[in-house]
Amino acid sequence: MLTVRIVPCLDVRDGRVVKGVQFQGLRDAGDPVERALAYEAGGGDELVILDVSATTEGRGHAVETTRAVRRVLGIPLTVGGGVRRVEDAGRLLDAGADKVGVNTAAVDEPALLTAIATRYGAQCTILALDAARRLDGPGWEVVTRAGRHRTGMDAVDWAREATARGAGEILLTSWDRDGTRAGYDLSLIAAIRSTVAVPVIASGGAAHAGHLVEAVHAGADALLAASIFHDGETTPATLKTTLAAAGVKVRT
Amino acid sequence: MKVHVVRTGVANLASVLAGLGRVGAEAVLTAAEEEVRHADRLVLPGVGAFGAAMDELVRLGLVDALRERVQAGRPTFTICLGLQLLARTSEETPGAVGLGVIEGPVTRFTGAVRVPQMGWNEVVPEPGSRWITPGFAYFANTFKVDRIPAGWSGALADHGGPFVAALERGDVLACQFHPELSGPWGAALMQRWVEGRC
Repeated sequence: MLTVRIVPCLDVRDGRVVKGVQFQGLRDAGDPVERALAYEAGGGDELVILDVSATTEGRGHAVETTRAVRRVLGIPLTVGGGVRRVEDAGRLLDAGADKVGVNTAAVDEPALLTAIATRYGAQCTILALDAARRLDGPGWEVVTRAGRHRTGMDAVDWAREATARGAGEILLTSWDRDGTRAGYDLSLIAAIRSTVAVPVIASGGAAHAGHLVEAVHAGADALLAASIFHDGETTPATLKTTLAAAGVKVRT
Repeated sequence: MKVHVVRTGVANLASVLAGLGRVGAEAVLTAAEEEVRHADRLVLPGVGAFGAAMDELVRLGLVDALRERVQAGRPTFTICLGLQLLARTSEETPGAVGLGVIEGPVTRFTGAVRVPQMGWNEVVPEPGSRWITPGFAYFANTFKVDRIPAGWSGALADHGGPFVAALERGDVLACQFHPELSGPWGAALMQRWVEGRC
């Protein structure tokens, strides 16, 4: 049976790893190739690179970073950020990404998911879904543009539509929890899990192994974390020891 | 060691080339029938859908060369969809004709499992397997071959029931998983095959 995946994430801006809180206040966290190697050696099951560059020149770096990381990395690589057209996805795949994450552009133009999935397959087509708790009632709404825009769209409905359109996996980030170390948004994970058949990667809020176990019980197939790895607090292999002790099947 | 890689079109080719590079192989892309027929070692990466991939192999005129080298047991490494293409037909593209080296069938995952299967699954070699060792491999697939055909050996994994993780016959190795993404275990497998020592 499939194991639960631990997924270190590198937010990369202009070729450097950065980390912020709720997508803001970025600070430098190292060289992506060095980080990627360390995370694979440390038991990471796949790697996500999110390009948070503000400029088009920065986007050029994303292809270069992908190529450089691919050369050394022997586990799956997902790259997202700034994918607006099928051609953008193609460039990242040609550079060595195995999957491409699409966020804002898919919300603006949902047919983009179908176009990428038709060309490259659903297993390459990852919906990056950033969700925030509604300010005016229950449920979650989709946020885009690095969290600056609240769309009002229901996050669960969007997950359903996006998978129907061809997304083969959902990278589900809780905007409320991102960088807060308060734990994953478990009810968000459960709500999406009960709606779609594709794998769900939980993201946003992980501070320790207990948070990961909770997210698995809520229905996550994979667990993304960033700052706990960047700061050297723990490694995927260390987290897996706790997960295994809690009865979660992991790759050893 | 020089390895020819069939240029089948899109997706994941860069990962396969990088993976071969990491195990010291000199990877050369080709779509030339003569090279596909005569290459000492040939890799067929898997891309896209069953029907579209076969259409492309037909368009490139590579079907007979591929079928013949697999039937002869010459060093050939097929990946992901590359395993399914060995079959005659697939549920993915009804009506499309595969290489037909094995009967198949190629079916979709069913039941209460995630589809696509995306992640690390445990690979268990069957008796008679020469290439595959027990370990965890990375899979990304919606369709699969259900049984190891007569005359072949291989390995199984489980996703809502057993399915074929790898097939072997002679120096032909067909993997449903992605060895190039399966960490040190996958790299060691590729290295053994590239160096011709199982």
